[in-house]
Amino acid sequence: MTSTIKIALVGNPNTGKSTLFNILTGLNQKIGNFPGITVDKKLGYCKLPGGRQAEIIDLPGTYSLYPKSRDERIAFQVLADSTNPSYPDLVVVIADATNLRRNLLLYTQVADLGLPVLLALNMTDMAKKEGIDINVDKLSERLGVQVVPISARSNQGIDKLKAAIVNTTMATQLPGADMDHLAPGALQHTRELLQTDHTYLCLQVLHQHEHLGRYTELEHEALEEIKRINNFDVSKLQAAETIARYRYLSSVLSGVVVDTGAKRKFAFSDKIDAVLTNRFWGFIIFFLILFFIFNAIFSWSTFPMDLIEGGFGWLTEYGHEHLPEGLLTDLFLDGILAGLGGIVIFIPQIAILFAFISILEDTGYMARVTFMMDKIMRKFGLSGKSVVPMIGSLACAVPSIMSARNIENWKDRIITIMVSPLVSCSARLPVYTLLISLIIPEKMLFGFINLQGLTLMGMYLISIIAAILVAWVMKIIIKAKEKSYFIMELPVYRMPRWKNVIFTMYEKSRTFVFEAGKVIIAISIVLWVLATYGPPERFAAIDRKYEQIEAQKIETEIATLERDRSAEKLENSYAGILGHVLEPMIKPLGFDWKIGIALVTSFAAREAFVGTMATIYSVEGGEEGTTIRNKMLAARNPDTGLPVFTFATGFSLMLFYAFAMQCMSTVAVVFRETKTWKWPIIQIIYMTALAYVASLIAYQLLK
Amino acid sequence: MKLSQLTPGQSGTIVEFTDLEMSVKLIEMGCLPGEVVEVERIAPLGDPIAIRVAGYQLCLRKTEASVIIIE
Repeated sequence: MTSTIKIALVGNPNTGKSTLFNILTGLNQKIGNFPGITVDKKLGYCKLPGGRQAEIIDLPGTYSLYPKSRDERIAFQVLADSTNPSYPDLVVVIADATNLRRNLLLYTQVADLGLPVLLALNMTDMAKKEGIDINVDKLSERLGVQVVPISARSNQGIDKLKAAIVNTTMATQLPGADMDHLAPGALQHTRELLQTDHTYLCLQVLHQHEHLGRYTELEHEALEEIKRINNFDVSKLQAAETIARYRYLSSVLSGVVVDTGAKRKFAFSDKIDAVLTNRFWGFIIFFLILFFIFNAIFSWSTFPMDLIEGGFGWLTEYGHEHLPEGLLTDLFLDGILAGLGGIVIFIPQIAILFAFISILEDTGYMARVTFMMDKIMRKFGLSGKSVVPMIGSLACAVPSIMSARNIENWKDRIITIMVSPLVSCSARLPVYTLLISLIIPEKMLFGFINLQGLTLMGMYLISIIAAILVAWVMKIIIKAKEKSYFIMELPVYRMPRWKNVIFTMYEKSRTFVFEAGKVIIAISIVLWVLATYGPPERFAAIDRKYEQIEAQKIETEIATLERDRSAEKLENSYAGILGHVLEPMIKPLGFDWKIGIALVTSFAAREAFVGTMATIYSVEGGEEGTTIRNKMLAARNPDTGLPVFTFATGFSLMLFYAFAMQCMSTVAVVFRETKTWKWPIIQIIYMTALAYVASLIAYQLLK
Repeated sequence: MKLSQLTPGQSGTIVEFTDLEMSVKLIEMGCLPGEVVEVERIAPLGDPIAIRVAGYQLCLRKTEASVIIIE
């Protein structure tokens, strides 16, 4: 045996599995990928007594080895396949002591696979409080494995658990319920085919062999043949197996678990539920909580975001002053550093949203939200759990899409991810406010309703309605590979574990920076190149022209000249040329080539609109009388002499920004979360199409 | 009688299931024949429902509850 023990951590959802994982491994974790599925592979390392090292893999929480979702399938794929690179030397099954029988179902399956198992009995302190008394020694004797009572929440029993890991052997493990009688013929054939005497492994292989990569095409066919000959009825056998296991567990647990307080256990949770899921108060409280979260994401993040923006701005300026002038410096400062700034700026919002989500999950409230909202959301192809990502998208789609991971059902999750970026995020706010100030008069309606504010609210409403409608359309188009179930545990209310909250904030921010970050940096560099470079002969001509003018002018005018020069360079850069190329296409929407350039640069991030407009109309911020707004207001169409920013153009442009996918961070995060380019590409196409059509209709009707 | 027909506070004993595929998931979650279930509450909009079974609270949609036959 190698000196590193590979350990798999398995257990039901809500058993404190992640808490235990965090305690055992601390910050010594890394997140990798399982091939082909969206769930992260969480690996961590921990020191064991006797100087040995353990590599711990945290498998997704599941109630049994038969998966309800494709992400749960990974537990089976790792545990039932000794050729899997993650196949463990031993398994730690973590069980909730307050509901032992249901938790042990998974234990019996894992133990029957023939893996050395250790049972960690979590929440034993909680169980005692609720009047559940568990005779640990008796349980250990009856199962033939070590049973270690722990409390992951209060950090108890962890040393004992580590010691027990070192001592775990297969030798004493007792066989569980008889599985051979379920399908004797088929199992006999399978044992011969696979040349093994592990009956339960054979049964699992018969059920789910198509998900195991280790078998050849021929072996898969042979297994199917065995199923056919022996009339292997998948659902019936699975039901029979589960019932047999529960019967076995009832006899194992008789005399082991003494429950004297079954009634007491739920009294507290019931009282809270009576209010929080109340017909009337339930929704009001929920919306108040949402409002608070949304508000917090906006207001608490302002300060750190300003700090980050200021910091990067200072760094860029300082760099330009002190580094030798040249291409490399420009690339580093305006390409890479700008891209880095664009990533780091999201960290405050990600951290804040996930702090709240983690609190809502931990306390058990999230399960109630799902319970209350399921009926409405289901009508539009979403799930009760889609509510939080959708609302979170009002601040920023990036953390929200990451939070959609809580949705177990694949189709519900994909639809949530696909429509979240339609909801107007905070990055659209500067675009909206600038355009609204151009096209909507600052008037009061009925003396108290601000017309500009009303328009802004209207934009948000339009975006939410669009998201819901698109979800509804996708519900019809996307084929579900698995049936949607809503059989879900409602955990009892608990205090949040603050350590977990901090951990989640750290982990999600880190994942975003490292995973989405790569793509963002790459696109930033491309955009920088597009906006900085143009055909050399054109650039040379511009340089010559300005040098000549400069020679004739006095000092004070050179500053404005520099601005004109960079504006002209932008016009002749590849991005500018792209803007000209786009012009015929976007003309029906009321946009000219200048707006075209803004559309190109906004592909990185919508906020770039304002900055690009500032460069194109060559204004420096802060100077009185030359604000972007005034310059844009004064802008005329050279052909007609009419203002560029009419009501029709402005409104059409706002709609375009509302619907188009102009955020590479979102593209990157959708790629990361779906692990394929298919979904981000579909998303870019449908959103661009939607934006184009909406703007076209709006402009043609209004002009 | 179906589980979905009970009102909050009422309880019954599971007898059988009318949908095999759904029954597998329900059995796994502890809804075994012979087990007593009690309807705890109904979501504000009338669907899903929350039931108490095998010592914990489970919620499920009415369509799912309707495959559980109780007495």
